[in-house]
Amino acid sequence: MMITMSKSDYEIILKHARENLPEEACGLVAGKKEGKDKFIEKVYCLTNIDHSNEHFSLDPKEQLAAVKDMRANGLVPLGNWHSHPESPSRPSEEDKRLAYDSTASYMILSLMDNENPVLNSFHIEGTESEKEELVLV
Amino acid sequence: MFITVAGEKKEVKDGLTVTELIAQEDVETPQYVTVSVNDDFIDQKDFENYALKEGDSVEFLYFMGGGR
Repeated sequence: MMITMSKSDYEIILKHARENLPEEACGLVAGKKEGKDKFIEKVYCLTNIDHSNEHFSLDPKEQLAAVKDMRANGLVPLGNWHSHPESPSRPSEEDKRLAYDSTASYMILSLMDNENPVLNSFHIEGTESEKEELVLV
Repeated sequence: MFITVAGEKKEVKDGLTVTELIAQEDVETPQYVTVSVNDDFIDQKDFENYALKEGDSVEFLYFMGGGR
Protein backbone atom coordinates (compact mmCIF):
# COMPACT_ATOMS: atom_id res chain seq x y z
CA MET A 1 0.00 0.00 0.00
CA MET A 2 1.27 3.43 -0.96
CA ILE A 3 0.08 6.75 0.42
CA THR A 4 0.78 9.95 -1.50
CA MET A 5 0.83 13.46 -0.05
CA SER A 6 1.70 16.75 -1.71
CA LYS A 7 4.67 18.72 -0.37
CA SER A 8 2.33 21.66 0.21
CA ASP A 9 0.06 19.53 2.44
CA TYR A 10 3.15 18.30 4.26
CA GLU A 11 4.17 21.93 4.85
CA ILE A 12 0.69 22.67 6.26
CA ILE A 13 0.90 19.98 8.93
CA LEU A 14 4.55 20.78 9.68
CA LYS A 15 3.67 24.45 10.24
CA HIS A 16 0.71 23.54 12.48
CA ALA A 17 2.84 21.08 14.46
CA ARG A 18 5.62 23.62 14.99
CA GLU A 19 3.16 26.35 15.98
CA ASN A 20 1.67 24.06 18.63
CA LEU A 21 4.96 23.09 20.27
CA PRO A 22 5.49 22.01 22.98
CA GLU A 23 2.08 20.33 22.67
CA GLU A 24 1.28 17.48 20.32
CA ALA A 25 -0.61 18.66 17.23
CA CYS A 26 -3.14 16.57 15.34
CA GLY A 27 -5.51 16.41 12.42
CA LEU A 28 -7.08 14.35 9.68
CA VAL A 29 -6.21 13.44 6.11
CA ALA A 30 -8.70 12.88 3.31
CA GLY A 31 -8.61 12.14 -0.37
CA LYS A 32 -9.18 9.26 -2.75
CA LYS A 33 -8.50 5.54 -2.73
CA GLU A 34 -7.44 3.65 -5.84
CA GLY A 35 -7.21 -0.04 -5.12
CA LYS A 36 -5.01 -0.30 -2.05
CA ASP A 37 -3.31 3.04 -2.67
CA LYS A 38 -4.34 6.29 -0.99
CA PHE A 39 -3.97 9.80 -2.39
CA ILE A 40 -4.24 12.61 0.15
CA GLU A 41 -5.98 15.64 -1.33
CA LYS A 42 -6.69 17.62 1.81
CA VAL A 43 -5.24 17.82 5.29
CA TYR A 44 -7.11 19.13 8.32
CA CYS A 45 -5.40 20.75 11.30
CA LEU A 46 -7.53 20.21 14.40
CA THR A 47 -7.27 21.21 18.04
CA ASN A 48 -5.65 18.79 20.46
CA ILE A 49 -8.16 19.06 23.30
CA ASP A 50 -5.68 17.34 25.65
CA HIS A 51 -3.28 20.30 25.24
CA SER A 52 -0.43 18.00 26.18
CA ASN A 53 3.07 17.22 24.94
CA GLU A 54 2.39 13.52 25.58
CA HIS A 55 -1.21 12.92 24.47
CA PHE A 56 -3.70 14.01 21.87
CA SER A 57 -7.45 13.78 21.29
CA LEU A 58 -9.13 15.36 18.30
CA ASP A 59 -11.76 17.99 19.05
CA PRO A 60 -15.03 16.14 18.19
CA LYS A 61 -16.75 19.32 16.95
CA GLU A 62 -13.90 20.05 14.56
CA GLN A 63 -13.80 16.38 13.58
CA LEU A 64 -17.50 16.53 12.68
CA ALA A 65 -16.95 19.69 10.61
CA ALA A 66 -14.02 18.03 8.82
CA VAL A 67 -16.06 14.91 8.01
CA LYS A 68 -18.81 17.08 6.54
CA ASP A 69 -16.26 19.06 4.53
CA MET A 70 -14.79 15.82 3.15
CA ARG A 71 -18.23 14.66 2.07
CA ALA A 72 -19.04 18.02 0.48
CA ASN A 73 -15.80 17.83 -1.51
CA GLY A 74 -16.20 14.21 -2.59
CA LEU A 75 -13.30 13.03 -0.44
CA VAL A 76 -13.10 10.01 1.81
CA PRO A 77 -11.40 9.90 5.22
CA LEU A 78 -7.97 8.28 4.86
CA GLY A 79 -6.63 8.58 8.40
CA ASN A 80 -5.21 10.97 10.92
CA TRP A 81 -1.90 12.57 11.79
CA HIS A 82 -0.28 13.77 14.97
CA SER A 83 3.07 15.06 16.06
CA HIS A 84 5.57 13.65 18.52
CA PRO A 85 7.39 16.73 19.86
CA GLU A 86 9.94 14.74 21.81
CA SER A 87 9.90 11.20 20.47
CA PRO A 88 10.53 9.35 17.20
CA SER A 89 8.09 8.88 14.34
CA ARG A 90 6.69 5.52 15.37
CA PRO A 91 3.44 4.49 17.07
CA SER A 92 3.64 4.44 20.85
CA GLU A 93 1.86 1.75 22.85
CA GLU A 94 -0.93 4.26 23.51
CA ASP A 95 -1.14 5.12 19.80
CA LYS A 96 -1.64 1.43 19.04
CA ARG A 97 -4.11 0.89 21.86
CA LEU A 98 -6.26 3.80 20.66
CA ALA A 99 -6.09 2.96 16.94
CA TYR A 100 -9.60 1.59 16.52
CA ASP A 101 -9.82 1.83 12.74
CA SER A 102 -7.64 -0.70 10.93
CA THR A 103 -8.50 0.85 7.55
CA ALA A 104 -7.01 4.22 8.57
CA SER A 105 -3.47 5.45 7.99
CA TYR A 106 -1.85 6.78 11.14
CA MET A 107 0.71 9.44 10.26
CA ILE A 108 3.24 10.55 12.85
CA LEU A 109 5.41 13.63 12.48
CA SER A 110 8.43 13.64 14.78
CA LEU A 111 9.84 17.03 15.77
CA MET A 112 12.34 15.46 18.14
CA ASP A 113 14.95 17.14 15.92
CA ASN A 114 13.03 20.28 14.98
CA GLU A 115 15.40 21.07 12.09
CA ASN A 116 14.97 17.58 10.65
CA PRO A 117 11.32 16.57 11.00
CA VAL A 118 10.40 12.98 10.13
CA LEU A 119 6.97 11.95 8.86
CA ASN A 120 5.95 8.31 8.58
CA SER A 121 2.63 6.62 7.96
CA PHE A 122 1.54 3.40 9.64
CA HIS A 123 -1.09 0.72 9.35
CA ILE A 124 -2.08 -0.34 12.86
CA GLU A 125 -4.05 -3.46 13.66
CA GLY A 126 -4.26 -4.61 17.25
CA THR A 127 -0.81 -4.44 18.76
CA GLU A 128 0.91 -4.66 15.38
CA SER A 129 2.01 -1.69 13.30
CA GLU A 130 3.49 -1.64 9.84
CA LYS A 131 5.12 1.29 8.07
CA GLU A 132 3.37 2.32 4.86
CA GLU A 133 5.16 3.59 1.77
CA LEU A 134 4.74 7.37 1.99
CA VAL A 135 5.46 9.39 -1.15
CA LEU A 136 5.72 13.20 -1.08
CA VAL A 137 5.09 14.73 -4.51
CA MET B 1 -39.64 7.56 8.92
CA PHE B 2 -36.60 8.88 7.07
CA ILE B 3 -33.36 10.00 8.69
CA THR B 4 -29.91 10.79 7.29
CA VAL B 5 -27.00 8.67 8.48
CA ALA B 6 -23.50 9.82 7.55
CA GLY B 7 -24.96 11.82 4.68
CA GLU B 8 -27.13 8.98 3.38
CA LYS B 9 -30.92 9.10 3.57
CA LYS B 10 -32.39 5.95 5.11
CA GLU B 11 -35.81 4.66 6.06
CA VAL B 12 -35.96 3.38 9.63
CA LYS B 13 -38.71 2.40 12.04
CA ASP B 14 -40.44 5.19 13.96
CA GLY B 15 -38.83 5.98 17.32
CA LEU B 16 -35.60 4.15 16.55
CA THR B 17 -33.11 4.75 19.36
CA VAL B 18 -29.45 5.61 18.90
CA THR B 19 -28.52 2.23 20.40
CA GLU B 20 -30.75 0.46 17.88
CA LEU B 21 -29.30 2.50 15.03
CA ILE B 22 -25.75 1.61 16.09
CA ALA B 23 -26.70 -2.08 16.00
CA GLN B 24 -28.56 -1.70 12.71
CA GLU B 25 -25.61 0.07 11.07
CA ASP B 26 -23.20 -2.58 12.37
CA VAL B 27 -20.94 0.11 13.84
CA GLU B 28 -17.58 -1.35 14.87
CA THR B 29 -16.30 -0.78 18.43
CA PRO B 30 -19.41 1.26 19.37
CA GLN B 31 -17.96 1.98 22.81
CA TYR B 32 -15.50 4.35 21.10
CA VAL B 33 -18.02 6.07 18.87
CA THR B 34 -19.30 9.58 19.41
CA VAL B 35 -22.76 10.26 17.99
CA SER B 36 -24.14 13.58 16.86
CA VAL B 37 -27.76 14.26 15.97
CA ASN B 38 -28.34 17.47 14.05
CA ASP B 39 -24.83 18.58 15.13
CA ASP B 40 -25.55 18.04 18.85
CA PHE B 41 -23.40 15.44 20.56
CA ILE B 42 -25.35 12.81 22.49
CA ASP B 43 -24.06 11.46 25.80
CA GLN B 44 -23.30 7.76 25.59
CA LYS B 45 -25.49 7.14 28.64
CA ASP B 46 -28.46 8.52 26.69
CA PHE B 47 -28.02 6.33 23.58
CA GLU B 48 -30.49 3.73 24.80
CA ASN B 49 -33.34 6.16 25.39
CA TYR B 50 -32.65 8.76 22.71
CA ALA B 51 -35.42 8.29 20.13
CA LEU B 52 -34.64 9.64 16.68
CA LYS B 53 -37.18 11.73 14.84
CA GLU B 54 -38.16 12.15 11.21
CA GLY B 55 -35.54 14.18 9.35
CA ASP B 56 -32.78 13.80 11.95
CA SER B 57 -29.21 13.83 10.66
CA VAL B 58 -26.92 11.41 12.47
CA GLU B 59 -23.14 11.16 12.32
CA PHE B 60 -20.85 8.54 13.87
CA LEU B 61 -17.36 9.71 14.79
CA TYR B 62 -14.58 7.48 16.01
CA PHE B 63 -12.58 8.74 18.93
CA MET B 64 -9.11 9.57 17.67
CA GLY B 65 -6.29 10.02 20.09
CA GLY B 66 -2.97 8.70 21.25
CA GLY B 67 0.16 9.56 23.09
CA ARG B 68 3.89 9.39 22.82
